[in-house]
Amino acid sequence: MSLVATNSGKPLRESALPVLKGGYSYASISDKISDIVLTRPTHWGWVVGFTLCSVLTLLLVGAMSYLFYKGVGIWGVNVPIAWAFALTNFVWWVGIGHAGTFISAFLLLLRQKWRTSINRFAEAMTIFAVAMAGLMPILHLGRPWFFYWLIPYPDIMNVWPQWRSPLVWDIFAIGTYIIVSILFWYMGLIPDLATLRDRASSRAKQIVYGLGALGWRGEARQWRRFDTAYLLMAGLATPLVISVHSVVSLDFSIGNTPGWHSTIFPPYFVAGALFSGFAMALTISIPLRAIFGLKDFITLRHLDNIGKIMLVCGLIVAYSYLMEIFMAFYSGDEFDQYMILNRMRGPYAPIYWIVILFNVVLPQSLWFKRIRLSVGTLFVLSIVVNIGMWLERFMIIVTSLHRDFLPSSWDMFYPTFWDWAILIGSLGAFGWLFLMFVRFLPAISISEMRKLVLEKKEGEA
Amino acid sequence: MTSASSLYGLIAEFADEHTLVDAVRRARADGYRNLDAYAPFSVEGLSDALGFRKDRVALLTLLGGIVGGTGVYFLQWYTAVIDYPINAGGRPLHSWPAFIPATFEMTVLGAALAAFFGMLILNGLPRLNHPIFNAPDFDLASRNRFFLCIEAADPRFDATLTRRFLHELDPLKVGEVPR
Repeated sequence: MSLVATNSGKPLRESALPVLKGGYSYASISDKISDIVLTRPTHWGWVVGFTLCSVLTLLLVGAMSYLFYKGVGIWGVNVPIAWAFALTNFVWWVGIGHAGTFISAFLLLLRQKWRTSINRFAEAMTIFAVAMAGLMPILHLGRPWFFYWLIPYPDIMNVWPQWRSPLVWDIFAIGTYIIVSILFWYMGLIPDLATLRDRASSRAKQIVYGLGALGWRGEARQWRRFDTAYLLMAGLATPLVISVHSVVSLDFSIGNTPGWHSTIFPPYFVAGALFSGFAMALTISIPLRAIFGLKDFITLRHLDNIGKIMLVCGLIVAYSYLMEIFMAFYSGDEFDQYMILNRMRGPYAPIYWIVILFNVVLPQSLWFKRIRLSVGTLFVLSIVVNIGMWLERFMIIVTSLHRDFLPSSWDMFYPTFWDWAILIGSLGAFGWLFLMFVRFLPAISISEMRKLVLEKKEGEA
Repeated sequence: MTSASSLYGLIAEFADEHTLVDAVRRARADGYRNLDAYAPFSVEGLSDALGFRKDRVALLTLLGGIVGGTGVYFLQWYTAVIDYPINAGGRPLHSWPAFIPATFEMTVLGAALAAFFGMLILNGLPRLNHPIFNAPDFDLASRNRFFLCIEAADPRFDATLTRRFLHELDPLKVGEVPR
């Protein structure tokens, strides 16, 4: 039997690639997911990952402390390249967050049943990625302790933020994004925390999970309000996610630097964000399903679907690369033309060609179903795309800045140890938060999985 | 047997969602009004069967969005035009297109906060304890069992008759919920 394309609205049909493997009841699915947190002994893979991530988190803390002590001069940045790793990391991390919101909100509105078993950890991925992203602009400020000057409040200096500045839009967009993501994620967790409260054996766990569940009883009226609020939050989060990366792209395109000053930037950035975000969702879900034995819930169907979405986003990104080249020559602007040729042939040319290889050429293998169903290949490909998208942001930021209008001010950027420490440390801190999450909270939405069991039962009847 | 004043209600336990929805319909038809139905997931049609139509979360969300959006637009206008006017390249002080991003974000934030906290407050949460948690087997309400509770506060409630009525609804068992 061939793939079932979508199951919009209709009950699930059994296909060659089911969303949920068979034989689960309300009880067994609740037990299986909650036991990961409550009773299952810690897997060695978790311990190894946790140790590594803890070390890298300490590296981040150390690098940040030294940065605060010494200043941004410890990085390779200087005029004209005042933005480099910090902003690249920022754009990259925000983008990774977007796939989580896309999975949990947009696919909910489209009634895509396959989102159910991956939405919880995708939302967690969003929160932790946006937390890492939020650090970066603060770190790259000369006086980071004044970052709150971006927030409008009646201060004794009688000064207000400049509302025409995209950097002010940024703090509104990122601030809203992290708050809404946390609320959406926590709201979905409330009924599951009630399950953990009711199933926990020790008094301490009962109290902790019970406080988290806020006294949830599962009463029909509570569920009704919960459903309405959840759907509305999804409806709010969907345009929000588009707006956030659009605002991030405006940080660049409002400036008149060649390579930034382009109206294609908002959709280009949103597609790139989803591209790298879905890649990160694969990078996380493949080890997660192996280590915690979740192959019945996160099935090949999920990997296949994520592969397809990556392919689509990758094609939009490829189109944007093409349009950048086309517009530079069509506009007749010699600075834009030089910027493109400099990317292809200048000192940063290897980065440009790696970006093309990683983001355009290699993802074309996702056209083949055999590749999309091969877990190992997908895992490698997801890391390739993550690296490719990081390099793309680096390329946009650094190659545009390093040779602008005046050749006398041209210069090169070389990263220092501290640039790398912040990047690698942020990866470690992200992993640390994620590993803590899968150990102490249900990584899959239990109450929504019960509903999936019901729909599967009805579909078979 | 618990005395009537210390009784919160009588509770029946069911194995699946259909039996629970049927039981709620029959209890309503029989004239009971102070009913609570508990399920481990959101059961379609259950709140309708209870006669619960307007959840008011959507209205609160709309209000939250309006307050957030107009509030921050007013703040931008007030600070940029009245309190701290800056001539930036001859642009109008009230340069509304530049005010849209913050307005949009705060509309979303206001609406989301209203949806989340509105849902909690209307649901009476957070709440540290509730008599229903005294019910036998109630820990299964968050796992695989479905419950219908007829509260002692119901005008038609009668410890004996109501118990007999609940037994007719095909439950797994019927129990008492002490206060």
